[in-house]
Amino acid sequence: MSARTSSGIGLFLLVFVGLVAAALIGTAVIDRPEPLPEISREATGGAQTLEDILRRQEGLHTGQKTDPEPNVDPSVGALSTRGSASDPDLWRGLRYDTANVTTQQQGPAATVLIQDGGMRWLEWRNGPLKEWGAWLLIGTLVALALFYLVRGRIRIDGEKTGHKVKRFAGIERFGHWLLAGSFIILGITGLLVLFGRIAIIPLVGRDAYAPIAAASKWVHNSVAWAFMLGLVLVFVMWVIHNLPNRHDLRWLAQGGGLFGGGHPPAKKFNAGQKLIFWSTIVLGASISASGLSLLFPFELPMFAKTFDVLNATGLPELVGFGTLPTEMAPHEEMQLAQLWHSIVAFVFIAIILAHIYLGSIGMEGAFDAMGRGKVELQWAREHHGLWVEELERKGKTPDTTDTSDGKGTATPAE
Amino acid sequence: MKAMFLAFLAIAVIAVGADYALDYAGWSSAERTTGEAVRLD
Repeated sequence: MSARTSSGIGLFLLVFVGLVAAALIGTAVIDRPEPLPEISREATGGAQTLEDILRRQEGLHTGQKTDPEPNVDPSVGALSTRGSASDPDLWRGLRYDTANVTTQQQGPAATVLIQDGGMRWLEWRNGPLKEWGAWLLIGTLVALALFYLVRGRIRIDGEKTGHKVKRFAGIERFGHWLLAGSFIILGITGLLVLFGRIAIIPLVGRDAYAPIAAASKWVHNSVAWAFMLGLVLVFVMWVIHNLPNRHDLRWLAQGGGLFGGGHPPAKKFNAGQKLIFWSTIVLGASISASGLSLLFPFELPMFAKTFDVLNATGLPELVGFGTLPTEMAPHEEMQLAQLWHSIVAFVFIAIILAHIYLGSIGMEGAFDAMGRGKVELQWAREHHGLWVEELERKGKTPDTTDTSDGKGTATPAE
Repeated sequence: MKAMFLAFLAIAVIAVGADYALDYAGWSSAERTTGEAVRLD
């Protein structure tokens, strides 16, 4: 009996120990699975492979940092590439423009679905650009108003002769007004588009602003061609008269007559007019270039190349900008073109406001030059004495150019 | 003042002409941003 009992306990202990040992071994196997071989992603440049997808579908980790948690519910999207989880690789590819996107829409920017650099542009456009631009224009108008209050209208000092001298030929005035008229239209429509959301919509409402904005866009895009033609005409006609000469320094030193008393001598254009001319040409060419880039989106990118040239000069490093980017998304080119277009426009408008002031209410007799093309002889002697002397030397005396029908026979000094 | 008014008229003519010419030459936004499979008319 005791021997049978003893062998029963022994058997029980043997089974118990065997079960415990089996349980421990089993637990060890479950807790420590064989490490899966590392997946080679050389062929995909680090992005996920078919093996990644298959492992995730089995609920296994792939070893990637961005690995999502295995599907909790295998019935939800178990056979999709990323199960029911998001797809970081896909979004990363879209964000950094490395995803292979095909679209029905055409053009270099059509496959760029996310361009996060656009936020920098939006913040700059809605912030500093509008604020600084508005202050520049307001400041210019205030300065001109103060100048008018302090200095008053610049009158013709001497006795008027009653004679007129032809100042600008018809084609010159045509070129000027082609440029000036289109510039004013472009300025107004550009400001309407830029400030519409904060300045116009609160006044007239969204429904009324929508057609204004659409019309402004069409007018701005279409009138731009007249501006560019006017710019070329003006440059060709007047560049020879706007080359610097020794009289310019004296004119500038005297502030055009504000200091030192009397009128400094000047030829057809004085130094102040030359500054306006070259500002118009340089800013006009620059704003035309960025405007063309905007008129033909993604067709004429220019900033990457410009930055490349600037980097080669070392100038950006010198002024603390570091190395400027030379590779950018198509949208980024457009955004920089828009910002540059606007910055140049604000400076351009400020300069032209001063020009308009002096050519109209700021100076007696000045508008006649571009209005009817003829100016009072005394005005010409005071502001362009050397030019009048040239006319007289060539026998183009004021009397011969002073015709009642406005069709003088003489041409301006060329 | 004739030159001035003539220039203003020219601005209008150039603007309309440019819009028409660019559209005619296939530079409308619609044409530049769609593939051949898209019917625009």
